[in-house]
Amino acid sequence: MATATTRPRVGQSARPLSPHLSIWKWRVHTITSITHRITGNAMAFGGVVLFLWWLVAAATGPEAYALFYSVATGWVGVVVGIGLTWVLFQHMASGVRHLVMDTGAALEINASKTFATATYFVSLALTLLTWAVILLTKGI
Amino acid sequence: MGTGTEIGRVRGLGSAKSGVGHWWHQRVTAVANLALLLWFVASLVRLPALDYPTVVLWLRQPVAAIPMLLLIVSVFYHFRLGVQVFIEDYLHHEGSKLLAILALNFYAVGGGAAAVFAVLKIAFGA
Repeated sequence: MATATTRPRVGQSARPLSPHLSIWKWRVHTITSITHRITGNAMAFGGVVLFLWWLVAAATGPEAYALFYSVATGWVGVVVGIGLTWVLFQHMASGVRHLVMDTGAALEINASKTFATATYFVSLALTLLTWAVILLTKGI
Repeated sequence: MGTGTEIGRVRGLGSAKSGVGHWWHQRVTAVANLALLLWFVASLVRLPALDYPTVVLWLRQPVAAIPMLLLIVSVFYHFRLGVQVFIEDYLHHEGSKLLAILALNFYAVGGGAAAVFAVLKIAFGA
């Protein structure tokens, strides 16, 4: 932990700030915290745009949908789709972890680490399950 | 910075006493997203195909269109709250922060409106 004299100063404020990124040691729960933020923003800007493309294409007509479908079912589309599916499930799993921690539970260090590690197992399992079914049953 | 003072509140600096509402709405939409996105992924996975006729026929049913509309509102509001915190944490210049949050609001509301319109157009027979 930093002492008051070595606390980082951000912006013009002279007020003391809580210890920031460069102070913390990287651990699974640290990585899970920043992963939650990265996955959230990735969906807000990447996932949302692709979701809009899919929905607006479906509302526009068969030709517009055919363009989306050909890109989405090409190898690039499938790789992006698998990536976004993992991003969704990872944000979902660590989001559930946040909701649990909001109640005051699982804040103790070992519980926090175990729960953080579990989010990756959950997100990977759900991604594999989802895409196994898609690739085996949708004729892509 | 005017933290918590009357003039600070007038200028929009420091505590505006709206943090708890923001925090709580983030949690409410998180729980809604959990249910709605699990439904969404499960629904797409269970469709016989993901081509145009299948997807449009699926979205014409009220049992699909209504949850989709709820999903759009909940997801777009949730990411609008989340990205706002992201901006506030990393942009410290008041002017660029204001512009970034303005752009975020237009993106979230505009994107949400387009998505809602698309679902309604399909549901009412595009």
